Amino acid sequence: MDYINIIILALFVNNVVLAQFLGICPFLGVSSKVETSLGMGAAVIFVMALANFVTYMIYFFILKPLNIEFMQTISFILVIAFLVQVVELILKKAAPSLYQALGIYLPLITTNCAVLGIAILAVKENYNMVMSVVYASAIAVGFTIALILMAGIREQMENTGYPKGMKGFPISLITAGLLSLAFMGFSGLVK
Amino acid sequence: MGNMRYLLNGLWKENPTLVLVLGTCPTLAVTTAAMNGLGMGAATTFVLVFSNLFIALLKNLIPDKVRIAAFVVIIASFVTIVDLTMKAFTPGLYAALGVFIPLIVVNCIILGRAEAFAQKNKPIPAILDGIGMGIGFTLALTIMGAVREILGNGSIFDIKLVSESTKTIIIFILPPGAFFTYGYFIAIKNRLSANK
Repeated sequence: MDYINIIILALFVNNVVLAQFLGICPFLGVSSKVETSLGMGAAVIFVMALANFVTYMIYFFILKPLNIEFMQTISFILVIAFLVQVVELILKKAAPSLYQALGIYLPLITTNCAVLGIAILAVKENYNMVMSVVYASAIAVGFTIALILMAGIREQMENTGYPKGMKGFPISLITAGLLSLAFMGFSGLVK
Repeated sequence: MGNMRYLLNGLWKENPTLVLVLGTCPTLAVTTAAMNGLGMGAATTFVLVFSNLFIALLKNLIPDKVRIAAFVVIIASFVTIVDLTMKAFTPGLYAALGVFIPLIVVNCIILGRAEAFAQKNKPIPAILDGIGMGIGFTLALTIMGAVREILGNGSIFDIKLVSESTKTIIIFILPPGAFFTYGYFIAIKNRLSANK
């Protein structure tokens, strides 16, 4: 029951982009085509789940026993940057086809604040290891859903007229606002 | 006098929030009230100024290949200082800003300025650039926070402007309001700059 709660909360109610404002940069930058959004989403799901697993280990087996929790920010960001590099290398060797699909999105993920943010939030919420990974995966799927929805709307919008002054970021932000408004409707789903 | 342009650059012409559109996550997340915007801006400015200074000082010692990692460590150190200081002295603000304090470390403005400015310049211009960018960021966040607080809560800096029974436009302090306000702010800035 707990797991279902966490998943629904992470997917819809507390959608990472539309309600928690994490990972806005790739959301506004990458989401102009549905296809690229799918690639980015897949890469984020993969890295986020892995990052939460590793940061959980670091926090509870290194930082906490040594009483140096204040090193959290520094250690997490370095681990995530390192992890992204390692994933890139391994994928290149072991799964070239997957690397071809995800490759260009991987370096972008280091600067995706959602990865670090979710790692910190999971520690704060005191999730156990399995919960932490489930939470991260659900959040990342939520991110992908938002990205794809946004890309779909943007593709349609290219053929419609809107005020010239709103071109670029303003219209994207207002579209995101309307999406966010729609997602607020989910807030009654879970207590 | 020549140094002043570094300071002014970040305020309007290259305002990080409205023109470069960097650091969007904290901009959207913390501007539910003017005070939160001001606090976030001040914290980011502190990190920006000191990381710019230290990167400008250490630029000859840092090997080019690992410079991003080195910058991140420098930035993360100052973020940790801010994090611990705010926890001790401003617990209310610390709780309101939440996860976005440690996330200053991935704020694109800071790494962006390190990469684009601090590592190519002397310490003094680097500090001024940090201050200018920081103030530009703080101003944008505070004004956005004020607009959202007035419309959504009928108050500014926690001072009530309307009576308790007045209905406010609550949507402005909820997530969708953040997107709407930010969108219109950029549109207005574009309009003002285009008229010049």
